[in-house]
Amino acid sequence: MINKLVVANLKHRPVRTLLSVLAIGVEVTMMLTLVGLSEGMLEDSARRARGVGADIIVRAPGTSLMSLSSASMPQKLMDFFAGQPHVALAAGTVVHPIGGVNTVTGIDLDEFNRISGGFKYISGGPFRRPDDIIVDDFYAVQNKLSVGSTVNLMNRNWRVCGIVEPGKLARIVIPRATLQDLAGATGKLSQIFLKLDTPAHTNQVIAALKEKLPDYQMYSIEELTSLYSVSNVPGLSAFIGVIIGLSIVVGFLVVFLSMYTAVLERTREVGILKALGASPGYVLGIVFRETVLLALAGSLLGIVLTYGSRWLIMTLVPASLTQKIVPAWWPIAGAIAVFGALIGAMYPAWKAARQDAIEALSYE
Amino acid sequence: MSNGELVIQARDVRKVFRVGDVEVHALRGVSLDVRRGEFVSVIGPSGSGKSTFFHILGGLTPPTSGSIHIHGKDLRAMSEADRTELRKKEVGFVFQKYNLLPTLTAADNIAIARHIAGTEDGDDRQFREVLGLLGISGRLGHKPAALSGGEQQRVAIARAIVNRPSILLADEPTGNLDTENSAAVLALLRDLNARLGQTILMITHNPEAAAYGSRTVEMRDGRIV
Repeated sequence: MINKLVVANLKHRPVRTLLSVLAIGVEVTMMLTLVGLSEGMLEDSARRARGVGADIIVRAPGTSLMSLSSASMPQKLMDFFAGQPHVALAAGTVVHPIGGVNTVTGIDLDEFNRISGGFKYISGGPFRRPDDIIVDDFYAVQNKLSVGSTVNLMNRNWRVCGIVEPGKLARIVIPRATLQDLAGATGKLSQIFLKLDTPAHTNQVIAALKEKLPDYQMYSIEELTSLYSVSNVPGLSAFIGVIIGLSIVVGFLVVFLSMYTAVLERTREVGILKALGASPGYVLGIVFRETVLLALAGSLLGIVLTYGSRWLIMTLVPASLTQKIVPAWWPIAGAIAVFGALIGAMYPAWKAARQDAIEALSYE
Repeated sequence: MSNGELVIQARDVRKVFRVGDVEVHALRGVSLDVRRGEFVSVIGPSGSGKSTFFHILGGLTPPTSGSIHIHGKDLRAMSEADRTELRKKEVGFVFQKYNLLPTLTAADNIAIARHIAGTEDGDDRQFREVLGLLGISGRLGHKPAALSGGEQQRVAIARAIVNRPSILLADEPTGNLDTENSAAVLALLRDLNARLGQTILMITHNPEAAAYGSRTVEMRDGRIV
């Protein structure tokens, strides 16, 4: 019976109910989109790292695995690595930020082809000039590029020579020597990929290399991809925490205002219920049930909206952002929405429960 | 006068409200006995304390002094929670403005009173008989806005008696109704009193309406005169 009353109350003011559900839905989408972007972009990075086909990655001492690092390793190290037991191939790259989360990667195409099996060209082909650039399909679509197009990066025009399938190393690659010159890092590398004669030797080779180069960071590609998680990205967990905090505040304010106006509007009805013998707990129960129903409906809408935000990102900026749908976060986001909503409903519910029956019955 | 057991025993009941710095003496020593099965009309001008007396009898507010017993239970000794319990089962209210919940159908307005009292699973025979007596069986699926004033008041009466209260308190039950509907509602109350033995206290301004009761008491300036 009480549920009937709750549903009837919500249906009685459909616009207020829909706006409350929408606001909670946006709150939930905000959380799920952020988490989806974090996980999606990390997964995308991991997939591209695996796409290189290497077994080991080496980075300079003191660099963070997740953040962009300047090219600080001497290129001569390539020869050192190439001479080590079980190391079949070595490929060095330079990574340079170009704004936002985008980077451009400098490669030696022959070296990279040997280790990775080469790019799969959708159109065009390899570098022919120092100002040639290869981009993946996502980047080409997002920036409306085709072979022969000019793209301006780092205050310089580049000619698109090839468009390749995504999933290998990077979305934008240029000749390594050119990038080293531009970045003032001649003879330096950001990371070195090693391919072994057999992957079974990976741990043994890493152990041997660490003895010789103790300060350098070395990971198997398997280990590297497993490290691509939210908790390993400096500041990301805190950022997600801040967004969740803001979401709770949004949910609190929306539900507070919605339930406060609802309780004021229903002052007389609260009086009627009290005259019928409803206890303060009964009245509290009605307000809280309405709140939970709003929050659950908002959570469902938020989940649906997450698919919408993913579609929007895929349509507008597929190369910059990758959003994953993370069902494991649905109950978490739902619980956060319910929590925020219940906090928001506390004062209105208390006000309703404490309402004097005689005053309420005379309320016009 | 009925010779049944005492349902209401009020002795020197006083109620003082404080409005700002001013004390308002709404009741100045009301004493009244009502026996089971009586239909008592309470008449008096506005401000005579009728509604305050009803609110005290219904457990909506405690008296300032005096003693008042409903079925032997002392209202002055009751906590807020005890008075809530009293309203659930011992007292049924009928108001001038019907006071139905606008979002629920007539049937659900009656059902929620049973839900609050925890009597949903009880015997329905008497309730069905009451519905038949009230003549609203065909209107139960409608919301209050779709019902006439007379129909709304019948639903309100059904809601008030659904938990078989010891007392039905009707505060100007015909105040918003035309002559025809007023007569129908008053006849209904008289029937409930006669057929089911329902004890009724009814506030009214109208001497004609008061005549439907078996006894009339008059209030003036916070006292029964």
